[in-house]
Amino acid sequence: MKALRKSAVATALSALLVTSGCSAGSSATIAQSSGTLAIGYTAEPANFDFTRTDGAAIPQALLYNVYEGLVKLDADAKIVPLLAESWTVSEDRKTYDFKLRKNAKFSNGAPFTAEDVKFSLMRVKTDWTVSIKSTMDVVDRVDVVAPDHARVVLTKSSNGWLFSLTSRLGAMFSAGGVADLANRPIGTGPYTVSSRRRGDSIVLKENPAYWGRKPAYSTVVLKYIKDPTALNNALLSNGIDVISAITVPDSIPQFQSDDRFTVVEGTTNSEVTLAFNHARPPLNDVRVRRALSYAIDRKALLDTAWAGRGTLIGSMVPPTDPWYEDLSHAYPFDPAKARALLAEAGQSHPSLRLRIPNLPYAVSAAQVVASQLADVGVTVTIEPLDFPAVWLKQVFTDRDYDLSIIQHVEARDIVTFGRPKYYWGYDSKPVRQNLAKADAGTPQEQVEAMRQVARRLSEDAAADWLFLFPNVIVAKNKVTGFVRNQVSESFDLTGLAPR
Amino acid sequence: MTVKVLRRLGILVASVLVASIVVFLFMAVLPGDPAQVALGVNATPELVVKTRAEFGVDRPLATQYFDWIGGVLQGDFGRSYVTREEIGPALTDRLGVTLWLVGAGMLVALLIAVPAGTFAAVRHRKADGTAVSGLSQIGVAIPAFLAGIILVQIFAVQLRWLPSGGWTPPVQDPGEFLRGLVLPALSLGLVQGAVLTRYVRSAVLDTLGQDYLRTARSKGLRPFQALFRHGLRNAAVPVVTVLGLQLSTLLIGAVVVERVFVLPGLGSMLLDSVASRDLLSVQGIVLVLVVGVLLVNFVVDVLYTVLDPRLRGS
Repeated sequence: MKALRKSAVATALSALLVTSGCSAGSSATIAQSSGTLAIGYTAEPANFDFTRTDGAAIPQALLYNVYEGLVKLDADAKIVPLLAESWTVSEDRKTYDFKLRKNAKFSNGAPFTAEDVKFSLMRVKTDWTVSIKSTMDVVDRVDVVAPDHARVVLTKSSNGWLFSLTSRLGAMFSAGGVADLANRPIGTGPYTVSSRRRGDSIVLKENPAYWGRKPAYSTVVLKYIKDPTALNNALLSNGIDVISAITVPDSIPQFQSDDRFTVVEGTTNSEVTLAFNHARPPLNDVRVRRALSYAIDRKALLDTAWAGRGTLIGSMVPPTDPWYEDLSHAYPFDPAKARALLAEAGQSHPSLRLRIPNLPYAVSAAQVVASQLADVGVTVTIEPLDFPAVWLKQVFTDRDYDLSIIQHVEARDIVTFGRPKYYWGYDSKPVRQNLAKADAGTPQEQVEAMRQVARRLSEDAAADWLFLFPNVIVAKNKVTGFVRNQVSESFDLTGLAPR
Repeated sequence: MTVKVLRRLGILVASVLVASIVVFLFMAVLPGDPAQVALGVNATPELVVKTRAEFGVDRPLATQYFDWIGGVLQGDFGRSYVTREEIGPALTDRLGVTLWLVGAGMLVALLIAVPAGTFAAVRHRKADGTAVSGLSQIGVAIPAFLAGIILVQIFAVQLRWLPSGGWTPPVQDPGEFLRGLVLPALSLGLVQGAVLTRYVRSAVLDTLGQDYLRTARSKGLRPFQALFRHGLRNAAVPVVTVLGLQLSTLLIGAVVVERVFVLPGLGSMLLDSVASRDLLSVQGIVLVLVVGVLLVNFVVDVLYTVLDPRLRGS
């Protein structure tokens, strides 16, 4: 009896041990699981509706991750298939035939078909309000040839159109999924939006019905931390696993010297540009603009203002564009030549207002520009303006400035030099003609014409491209698969995986 | 007593109305166009005009003001230009975070100030009392955001004991909520605690010199006993005044501390809304803050009479 009781107790005890052992084991696996990844960003999406709200933060979070288009941009800025398996272009380059994936589904359960292509592309014209929608004006109609075959007919041939399909403009929506875009985005991508806490974070969860490769991380938390120091501290204290983009270069060495972290450096589409106001003297004189270009030592500027990180490009073309040429030596640093040109233009001692956004890169670059221009006799007054509100109003809209420094972040924004009403006030017939030729021609013709544009802008000293902003991602060593160059609008989560 | 409270209430309402006008006018003269900011760099002029009309910012100022204040009086703060969400619920959400922060900061301040101040007073000629008083002097000189940055460096970045920022709602995970609240509450509370310590010290010192305490001592009570039984309540009156002023300081300090610790409170909402010229949101937030400060003052006034029966008659 006694023995029996003993063994009963032993059984009960061991049962208890086993169960508690189990639960301990499972909670340990949850803690150790690499299923969750936390990424820190600086700019928070105002809402989830990029069809009606502008700004980079929404597509950065949602494009390719929650929404997919027919095509996407890979890390080398090449257009590759996504929801379209392949496509053909007609002889006159006006008709595109897309062969669609058959197994793709929206996160509300609806299958993805050619009807959705028609719905989404035509909807840009009717329902979108953000101004980039004008790129879709060339779409004449979309024909549903078969459920897996969509035909897009353009009013004129346009290379820019296919490229814009890689941006948010190409995102595919389901007719039953656009009722509340601001709060409930429904796409075909590998993730769905699970929850958000405004001012703090967005949680993306794996979409179980995803047609493609299952993402390595089933949960991704997008943490929004505006202050750069707080963002760095979050990574250093294990609050997040990745900083999506370092905005202050001084902190990079700190991460490079710490073997817990990997620093991934690449390029962006973001040209830090010294804008000249062509609409008013003295900068309407090409000699003055060239003089300023000769007076600025861009290498020294990059070293001082941005810790030497970034690329000298000398044009509005980042190295990831097919028509990139290194024009950074067009105006070598030559103060004597600058003074001579200024004298020739009758402007030996001009006084210029450098009106900049109150952002770190602009403020530090402006100080270097002002001191270098002072060396050739130009008086520069720096006026930092509250960004975006005041800068947008006074410089961008009212064009009340001589010089400004701003990042031009959009892909292929060299086309803005074809718009005489843009804030540069630049108007050149050959540039406009070549831009039109590039858009209409074959890919080879496009490359040639775009090179002409970039060279012409350089000759005219249409602006001074100080440097190309670097893309710097810092991550814990265990995370791999980042897109090195920030060339698309998306922070692409689909390739991320644990080491 | 009732008349007094009613009069105070009247002043409160009038102050809120005046504040609402001041806030509204400030935002109206601030350069920058909310429609342009919302639409970004590629906006066409036609679209900007259309959006201005949609926001209603093309109407006369007086119309805009009465429209807004009329809505607020019915509990409708309008819809944000930027997020296109109702502002009212967002305000309630954010206010919750800020109140936790301010409450915890106040608690820290009191936990430091009452014992430290009393100790410094009772031992005011001794080395240890002087040391406490000196330490509080240093604390007064450190702004809350600096305290925050130092605390993050030590406890989050170096030791990794506590998160460097972020917010977990108490209902979701109480443990994580408390861990996240420790550093922000400390950075707000340490400084205020140091300030308050000095007031507690002088109030207690004052009380210690009173005749009734000497009487209590002569009954055979020890110094601390006499102070606890008879002195602290009297010392509390000036301390409550300072506490009321400090609550307002804490509310403002929270704006900065929220940015340092990435807390989704009213402060970070205010900074974001100002940057994006989300005028309706800014007006709503500032109004809530103003009402908060005025309410605190009102409560402090009423508290005097509760604490000190001598004030009830006058």
